[in-house]
Amino acid sequence: MVWVNQVAQGVLLGGYYAMVACGLSFMFGVMRVINLAHGSLAVSSAFCLWVIADVYGVSPFLGLFLVVPLLAFVGVVLQRAIIERSMRAGVLVPILSTFGLSIVFDNLLFETFGADTRSLAPFIGDLPYEAWPVYGDIYVGKLAVVTFGCSIVIIGSISVFLSRTQWGRAIRATAQDPDTVAMTGVNPRAMAALAAAIATATAAVAGAFLAIRATFDPYSGAPQLVFAFEAAVIGGVGSLWGTLAGGVLLGVAQSIGAQVNSQGFMIAGHATFLLVLLLRGYLMERYLRFRFEFLTGKR
Amino acid sequence: MTPILIVEDLNAYHGLLHAVRGISLRVGSGEVLALVGANGAGKTTLLRSIIGAHPSAQGRIVLMQRDLTALSAYQRVRRGVALVPEGRRLFAELTVEENLMLSRSAGRPGIWNVEAVMDALPQLKAIRNVKARSLSGGQQQATAIGRALMTNPLVLMLDEVSLGLSPAAVDQVYAALHRLKASGTTLILVEQDLGRSLDLANRVACMLEGRIVLQAEAANITRDQITDAYFGVARRHKAED
Repeated sequence: MVWVNQVAQGVLLGGYYAMVACGLSFMFGVMRVINLAHGSLAVSSAFCLWVIADVYGVSPFLGLFLVVPLLAFVGVVLQRAIIERSMRAGVLVPILSTFGLSIVFDNLLFETFGADTRSLAPFIGDLPYEAWPVYGDIYVGKLAVVTFGCSIVIIGSISVFLSRTQWGRAIRATAQDPDTVAMTGVNPRAMAALAAAIATATAAVAGAFLAIRATFDPYSGAPQLVFAFEAAVIGGVGSLWGTLAGGVLLGVAQSIGAQVNSQGFMIAGHATFLLVLLLRGYLMERYLRFRFEFLTGKR
Repeated sequence: MTPILIVEDLNAYHGLLHAVRGISLRVGSGEVLALVGANGAGKTTLLRSIIGAHPSAQGRIVLMQRDLTALSAYQRVRRGVALVPEGRRLFAELTVEENLMLSRSAGRPGIWNVEAVMDALPQLKAIRNVKARSLSGGQQQATAIGRALMTNPLVLMLDEVSLGLSPAAVDQVYAALHRLKASGTTLILVEQDLGRSLDLANRVACMLEGRIVLQAEAANITRDQITDAYFGVARRHKAED
């Protein structure tokens, strides 16, 4: 029963990872940009919500109505001012630019708020501490379930937006061929800005859940980015539902690793990430070899 | 015939190569202009410069008395110019219908919607939910034409529509173009197949090394005259004299 409990907790943890990763994955899938400032943007959102809650006494969930549009606007500004320009200089420059941006964000937060750790948990009542009994000794935390649910809602909403709306189609087309999309009357720059706004808006929500479920400080962005990156890569970068699956696999691996050994949480997650990479490479090589032999008549 | 599109002294470069050299032309409403010339003559660059996909160094493009020169490609499409690009360049991961729907972004009122395009290009009806990457060359070309029509253009430009297609697919595409001509759509056609171009066009312009070296009514010109202009024979004779 202990193992079942660990798997259940891992699945729910995966929902949080998927929430952090979906913006990263979306940004890469649409614009081929790996935004290394994604974690720092999530932490920036956490600090904004903390200020709203601490100074004005507004619930972090209500604060999201202000912070999500604010971060979306920041995304548009970053896209126009930095990412768009750096993309013209090659594929590596946006990675370096966003890495530089993450350092700027982290240090601005440190300069403004200091090194103290904070949390939004005290501002949302008992939600972080309450749980539902499922079966026997298995309990699921209400916050973990809410996080997982929000993750599915966000990923589902983005998927529906991309597949069913005119702007969604335009974003997908812009991702494939920004020059040709202009010949259909779509403004490719506007679509790239919209995609950046969506990605940073998801970072804002992820930042809220980061700050509710744990403590955070100005340098919490980098670890979040590592987990998000692993979840996105395991699930297939650019695939939103794949990112959810990747997050769940990562969460389950970490949870089981923690059960095996108290220090096994991180190791199991990173090992799973490497294992998936190696297995994927091996299977791809086997597939290509089979295909070559089939096409050349050797099979 | 009242000109709907006026191109004045247009110049465009590919790096140091002067690909389009001071081209001026006028296209009347409902007219079909065939633009012929050898590979590298500048035809594709001219079309891409008109729609704004290739930067022009000098010159003016006026559509219905409105200057388009300073506008970007998507803004020109919204004013009424459309291009079926060479190689189709469909969005492979979008279905046929999604490729067509995308052009609604042009926001131009007109007769063309998905159903009208399906009626004009009936081969698309059975494949409307198929992803573009799975289509044959002829189906891709029909989709590309439909996608351009969905912008409800005043001027539709088509670049090498028969390139790489089977004879049956070319017949289908040209049948559709004849229907478009009959409906009064203004067309600029870049095509290597001289016979089909002359059959469709009202007027022919022949390009050589970035310039228009011959321009005449299709009915008043012989294939030999076009062939001479195509290969620069007339110019060589003049130089020899």
